Amino acid sequence: MKTEMKKVYLDNMATTPVLPDVRRAMLPFLTESFGNPSCLHEWGDVPRDAMEAARRQVADLIGGNPEEIIFTGSGTESNNMAIKGLAMAQQKKGKHVVVSAIEHFSVLNSAKTLEKWGFEYTTVPVDKNGVVNPEDVRKAIRSDTILVSIMQANGEIGTIEPIKEIAKITKEKDILFHTDAVAATGNIPVNVKDLGVDALSLAANMFYGPKGVGALWLKKGTRIMPLLDGGIQEGGRRAGTENVAGIAGMGKAAELARVEMKVRMENLIKIRDYLIKELPLKVSHVIVTGHPQNRLPGHASFCVEFIEGESMLMLLNAKGVGVTSGSACTSRALQASHVLLALGLPHEIAQGSLLFGLGTDNTKEDIDYVLEVLPPIVERLRQMSPLYSKFLKQEKGE
Amino acid sequence: MPIYSEKVMDHFTNPRNVGEIENADGIGEVGNPVCGDMMTFYIKVKNNRLEDVKYKTFGCGAAIAVSSMVSELAKGKTLEEAMKITPESVVNELDGLPTVKHHCSNLGAQALHAAIENYKEKQKAGGQKNG
Ligand code: FES
Repeated sequence: MKTEMKKVYLDNMATTPVLPDVRRAMLPFLTESFGNPSCLHEWGDVPRDAMEAARRQVADLIGGNPEEIIFTGSGTESNNMAIKGLAMAQQKKGKHVVVSAIEHFSVLNSAKTLEKWGFEYTTVPVDKNGVVNPEDVRKAIRSDTILVSIMQANGEIGTIEPIKEIAKITKEKDILFHTDAVAATGNIPVNVKDLGVDALSLAANMFYGPKGVGALWLKKGTRIMPLLDGGIQEGGRRAGTENVAGIAGMGKAAELARVEMKVRMENLIKIRDYLIKELPLKVSHVIVTGHPQNRLPGHASFCVEFIEGESMLMLLNAKGVGVTSGSACTSRALQASHVLLALGLPHEIAQGSLLFGLGTDNTKEDIDYVLEVLPPIVERLRQMSPLYSKFLKQEKGE
Repeated sequence: MPIYSEKVMDHFTNPRNVGEIENADGIGEVGNPVCGDMMTFYIKVKNNRLEDVKYKTFGCGAAIAVSSMVSELAKGKTLEEAMKITPESVVNELDGLPTVKHHCSNLGAQALHAAIENYKEKQKAGGQKNG
């Protein structure tokens, strides 16, 4: 008889599942309440009301005002809109932007696009834990700097950045400050007033909402150039018929995240710390990447030396465990992760990257299962690794 | 659909001929310039035939499957036949690889050929062993 294999999803940084309550909140807009919220008849009323309710729920999650929320199609779109849109709207003041070395590609590549449009940008480094030093941001700011964008938390290494301290500097210099809080929002307390930022990106599928919907919080009175030309949806800042079902789902997910955050965090931190402590005891030559404590609650990331991430990932998958790696082989661009390299890790160590994104469904038993199946996988791959045999020979020789 | 064929998965999960050969007649080590991975092939030659082929691989699932397939294809072949193993033939034998992984198949044939070259050089230098 075939027994069901245990399945453990540990890739919540790629996407979280959609909670049943969230799905329920979405369904009416895929069925009877199909109307376009821009329409003035009764078919438009229900979706319009739902969108406005969601706007409030999302605003409440981050301590903003509903009218400051612009719904978008993803965290990537929010970041594109913030970087390009804010820079373009400010270009009379100057044409220089500051970002960190470990930003998401949607921020880094937007900065590169700005460069093609005649702007310049400076990249601020991080320390070995992936932390930006606010003083480095100060040093990078020039007289023509108009925008600083530093992420609140990094999805690959989990590190949380000192956004408040950086905001003090940008305020002092009177420069706009955007933070990519896609990985952070819904998972740790995020309050735009407390942080002191001018713009903040978030995405629903990082906190148990649907994929394909995000938001940009933009402080009242901040000018931005829209990415899309069209109708006057979202106050003229984001044209296009709205993803009403997605937005309703995002609203529900935001409400649940706000109410349940404390409990979720406590549970996640417990099993995260357990994994971070136990894995290096079970497998030799493992490096924890990112900040050891000041990191996202469900985030545990490692580099396993002498072997490559994709092969680990696939053998874990064969055991029913879903994780991610930042190795060059797993990336479609076949490049080592810019985040891991920014920590100062050499290429061959970055190749052994393994990333666990724990979620509300996970239990200590799940972690125990990983701790049981991973060591033999590592051992097996090391037995066939030329790097490992070289290492063993070197050790013997000394 | 999984990104790899069943054959790739089979060779990846049960790689054939893994290991090193002590006092190998030829060793070929190549690095993958694209992603930075590594493959080392070891060969034992008798009467101009590859009597034994082993390897070690640091790389992705495709790279591991490729090295396993190359070792199977090469074993028992004459040196001339083995030199004719191409990345394309390896990809075909594996029922295909995703395009982004084609560069991994170069690695296998290259490492095997490097091991054969290494053997030939040793032969020239020493000349004592009858190949
Ligand atoms: S060895 Fe790196 S992608 Fe195959």
